[in-house]
Amino acid sequence: MANTPLTPVITAHWDDPQSWSIDSYRSHGGYSAVADVLKADPDQVIETIKDSGLRGRGGAGFPTGMKWGFVPQGDGKPHYLVVNADESEPGACKDIPIMLANPHALVEGVIIAAYAIRAKHAFIYIRGEVPHPIRRVRQAVAQASAAGLVGENILGSGFDLDIVVHGGAGAYICGEETALLDSLEGRRGQPRLKPPFPAVAGLYASPTVVNNVETIASVPYIVRNGDAWFRQFGTEKSPGFKVWAVSGHVNRPGIYEAPMGITMRELLAYAGGMRDGRDVKFWLPGGSSVPMLTPDHLDIPLTYEDMAEAGTMLGTGTPMLYDNTMSVVKAVTRWLEFYKHESCGKCTPCREGTFWITGTLQKFQAGHAEDSEVDTLVQLCQQILGRSFCALGDAAATPYPAALKHFREEFTAALTQPPDEVFDPAAAMIIPSLSGVGS
Amino acid sequence: MSTTSHDADREAPAVDMVTATIDGTDVSVPKGTMIIRAAELVGVEVPRFCDHPLLEPVAACRACLVEIEGMPKPQPSCAVPLGDGMVVKTQVSSEVADTAQKGVMEFLLINHPLDCPICDKGGECPLQNQAMSVGRPESRFTGQKREFPKPIPVSSEILLDRERCVSCARCTRFADQIAGDPFIALLERGAQQQVGIGEEPFDSYFSGNTIQICPVGALTSAEYRFRSRPFDLVSVPSACEHCASGCALRTDSRHGAVMRRQAGDDPEVNEEWSCDKGRFAFPYLAEDRLTTPLVREGGQLRKASWPEALRRAADGLATARGRSAVLPGGRLTMEDAYAYSRFARVALATDDIDMRARPASDEEASFLTGHVAGSCGPVYRDLEHAPAVLLVAFEPEEESPIVFLRLRKAARRGTRVVSVAPLASDGLAKMSGTLIGSVPGSSAAALGSLDDDTTAALKQPGAVIMVGERAALEPGTFAAAARLAADTGAQLAWVPRRAGERGAVDAGCLPGLLPGGRPLTEPAARRDVAAAWGIAADELPHRAGRSLAEVVAQIAADHQAGSQQAEDGDEFQPEIGALLVAGVEAADIPDPAGFLAAVAAAPFVVSLETRPSEVTARADVVLPVGVVTEKSGAFVDWEGRRRPFGRAIPQAAAFTDATVLAMLSDYMDLDPAPRDVDTLRDEIASLGAWQGTRPAVAAAAAAQTPPPGPGEALLASWRHLLDLGVMQEGEPHLAGTRRPSVARMSSATAAGIGVADGDAVRVSGPRGSVTLPLVVTEMADGIVWVPWNSPDSRILLDLGACPGELIRLQRGDA
Repeated sequence: MANTPLTPVITAHWDDPQSWSIDSYRSHGGYSAVADVLKADPDQVIETIKDSGLRGRGGAGFPTGMKWGFVPQGDGKPHYLVVNADESEPGACKDIPIMLANPHALVEGVIIAAYAIRAKHAFIYIRGEVPHPIRRVRQAVAQASAAGLVGENILGSGFDLDIVVHGGAGAYICGEETALLDSLEGRRGQPRLKPPFPAVAGLYASPTVVNNVETIASVPYIVRNGDAWFRQFGTEKSPGFKVWAVSGHVNRPGIYEAPMGITMRELLAYAGGMRDGRDVKFWLPGGSSVPMLTPDHLDIPLTYEDMAEAGTMLGTGTPMLYDNTMSVVKAVTRWLEFYKHESCGKCTPCREGTFWITGTLQKFQAGHAEDSEVDTLVQLCQQILGRSFCALGDAAATPYPAALKHFREEFTAALTQPPDEVFDPAAAMIIPSLSGVGS
Repeated sequence: MSTTSHDADREAPAVDMVTATIDGTDVSVPKGTMIIRAAELVGVEVPRFCDHPLLEPVAACRACLVEIEGMPKPQPSCAVPLGDGMVVKTQVSSEVADTAQKGVMEFLLINHPLDCPICDKGGECPLQNQAMSVGRPESRFTGQKREFPKPIPVSSEILLDRERCVSCARCTRFADQIAGDPFIALLERGAQQQVGIGEEPFDSYFSGNTIQICPVGALTSAEYRFRSRPFDLVSVPSACEHCASGCALRTDSRHGAVMRRQAGDDPEVNEEWSCDKGRFAFPYLAEDRLTTPLVREGGQLRKASWPEALRRAADGLATARGRSAVLPGGRLTMEDAYAYSRFARVALATDDIDMRARPASDEEASFLTGHVAGSCGPVYRDLEHAPAVLLVAFEPEEESPIVFLRLRKAARRGTRVVSVAPLASDGLAKMSGTLIGSVPGSSAAALGSLDDDTTAALKQPGAVIMVGERAALEPGTFAAAARLAADTGAQLAWVPRRAGERGAVDAGCLPGLLPGGRPLTEPAARRDVAAAWGIAADELPHRAGRSLAEVVAQIAADHQAGSQQAEDGDEFQPEIGALLVAGVEAADIPDPAGFLAAVAAAPFVVSLETRPSEVTARADVVLPVGVVTEKSGAFVDWEGRRRPFGRAIPQAAAFTDATVLAMLSDYMDLDPAPRDVDTLRDEIASLGAWQGTRPAVAAAAAAQTPPPGPGEALLASWRHLLDLGVMQEGEPHLAGTRRPSVARMSSATAAGIGVADGDAVRVSGPRGSVTLPLVVTEMADGIVWVPWNSPDSRILLDLGACPGELIRLQRGDA
């Protein structure tokens, strides 16, 4: 069934013993391009990334080379590279594995990207709840420093680079790039008013590029192999390979690296199909903040453009799949509980909207919502979508309308009967022995 | 005299304009104008909460969303500048904008307690008003609102009700951006987001502004909470009587009692801000008032009728005509000050008049005559655009807080603030200012040896030098500042502390100075004034009279001579036969005991006062006069700008000082004197300002204070804004936000007496000592700073020393 092959690049050597070590990374050609890159014109590096068509892997899919090109050069200000490693979206689990298994790809990417945008300081902002990748990336930076790849006058090139690995303090909002910058500056993480955009006034009011972990970790391979090599994967508008993190009611949840444009059905096959031979009930291509899809959509290529056409978004490229043991009402309620908990409070629609919507969904979950509330919730989501300060509000406004579109009857049923009575929570648990925990 | 016209003759710089369409109407605005304000120009009021024109935009409340053609999502009109050719549609013409605004309003109300009937803000509440215009008639929200304990104090004065808060962040942005006191911040997240404090309370001198700009009733004052409803208040525009900043205020009264005061909106002066003293320090107005005249009989004061008291006063003053002294104090309106100036010269035929109830000097008097009286200097707007501002013996945050706010605004845009002072105050740090360290009493030396950098900064067009009233304690400083201004081309300003001083200078309430800056000794000046006053020029006093200190010394000398001659059995005529005193606090004068002894010793004393004082207790006749809310008039702020105000309590029945003086004139059988504000203003205006030559500043010789020996130091001091001043009485919540009294000295000075940071230090002067905790501060050795008139630290009363004098230091436990 799977015609699209897996294309391990970032993940190619994860089964090596100690794949995270600098020796392992180097044995596969790691850091071999750094010396050449540091001799090249930084603008040429930017051109290479532009030509590769690499798009940001953090969810928005913004062209990476173009972002780098926005940084004004010769402006006399310090420039900063910030890696957004605050991976916190429900369902998204790709950056953390990359940092655990291949941290040197990230470090090498940082060196190349910082050189391209003329930054002497780079920051890797890692989600605070995950200490292991923080330790591992710190160790990788230390190893690279010991090898003369980070620090002053790298490989005699005259290029200096300092890399700071910073652990966050536990707020989803700090994955929003400007909130991340505020947090990094020691403030309370809340999104900033734009403009100015980070490329003009970001960290410490200086030009700053904020890139996702996977984006930066892809850079060394593109530079080493060329943009044409990268473009042989994927589609015209969504070139390259992607680290897909498949989760949910599948037999082999995990990381699958494959070209852009692979279909969900193909990825599902690599993941061993749905557990117990069940059918897909609904699935989301990239985290809880993209609209859900149904089995009808399993053959649509996973690209930015095709997902947009299907009315959803590729997001982080971390599909979650659910079988028919799962209550849609419960899934949506749990996501909204997350967004309510993580709303930073800055803007009214997100702060009050997530509070209201979550409370109402909890009434559905308890089986005693009002008839009118089915449609009131849609209006409330409309009052948030496109009106909130940042994308967190948009994310919170997304799950319910999409769920209602496909599964309205489950919500109307929940007006009188708690979904847990219809969908046995224990059956929906991925690890049955944990049934009852957290229900 | 000074006028406000000096704004008009300043050329407005060329402005780039943009033209766009809002709801189908073309509008041109200066580039950078936010859509929300451009919309106002076409008559559209977009709803708003977080937006405030004097705060940086935050676009957090989302109440002001509008549609902009070409943009996929509605945009916050408070944060998007109108662009050339933009097509904007507000709620008036856009369904998208209308529904977006209504959606936000619905959200804002779900967690709001809707306790309007018991909320101070109810009736003047932006949330209430906009809920009426944009909100739904009935709520769709049926859940449980979030709850917080309420109210919680964020300071002794400011109370926070977190349930009412809509997280607009106006208060926190004000504290951070305007006041520079970021003691309040938003904490927690989501619907639990709330305003809060850290370890320190919100003890900012400007904290009350947060109540006024709060668009809901989340912030209230302990003073006003639950005391009135807005619709029961009578509101009258007024001018602040506390300091020379010149704030426009609004006084709200109910049944004849002041309930609260709010900052007035005057873009040229206080913008929309006031300090907490101006806002909260008004209970004194109603405390312990004198209601009837008093006359002394058998050694005791007793109540008397107005005719009886006026008769006694007039007879006593008439007996001493030509031998009287007038001490009007520094808190009068310009009209009342003018009336004293006139009464002294015409009715009492004396030039012994001095409004300075504080340390003063002859050099200062000559500076005020030569550079300040009746002249126009720099204004607030000049401060805002000045490349550099030099402060001399002047702590704006403590002594003229609205000057501080404007300088801080300027500094945030790049104005360089430099202060000549013994230490860098917190206020200077908030203005990103730099210190030129000076020794108390020797600022003149520092001014004479400025570094090239500072001199160059002052030579830039628009630079300003601001000299505070404490320069009177720094011999040679006024002369040095005048010279520096002449050499660099910088504008020169004098900033007194009290609201009435500048007006009294303009009115001629100084020895040797007639109204409008006219030197008493200039024949042409004498002719002007005599004509206006209906007397012959020859009838004006011929030589400059005595200062307050000289009057006190003369009375003491008279008293001594009188006692001597009485022993000898000779008849004695004292040089000062009568004293006319108004609004002078003995505690403000360098030698309080000497002053009170002089008042007691003076043969005849008339006191015009609002409440019993140490002066009224020693007076022969006491004539009650109205407080600021009971009269109309004008103060003149440090700029020379008139700050007219009307009677805030319409039903109040009280005489102004000018009216009482006019009645005294009548009782003295003199020609009628002007007695009402309009007549006085006409006379002041017709007299105008002196155009002739002015005397140069007569520099005083440098102080000859010996260097401090072991266990000695030179005293440095200034007043805290909130201190033991009598006009702050009756407001304990405000007093609770006072800065703590501490002593400051260098680590070497501290080590010299064996104390360290936090230890108690005893500072001793001629009258006694004060013991305060030490804060080791970066400053020159051999200097100790203590607050001027704060709890446990009153330098004049407790130490008997002025700044620049030697005092003794010891460990607090010694």
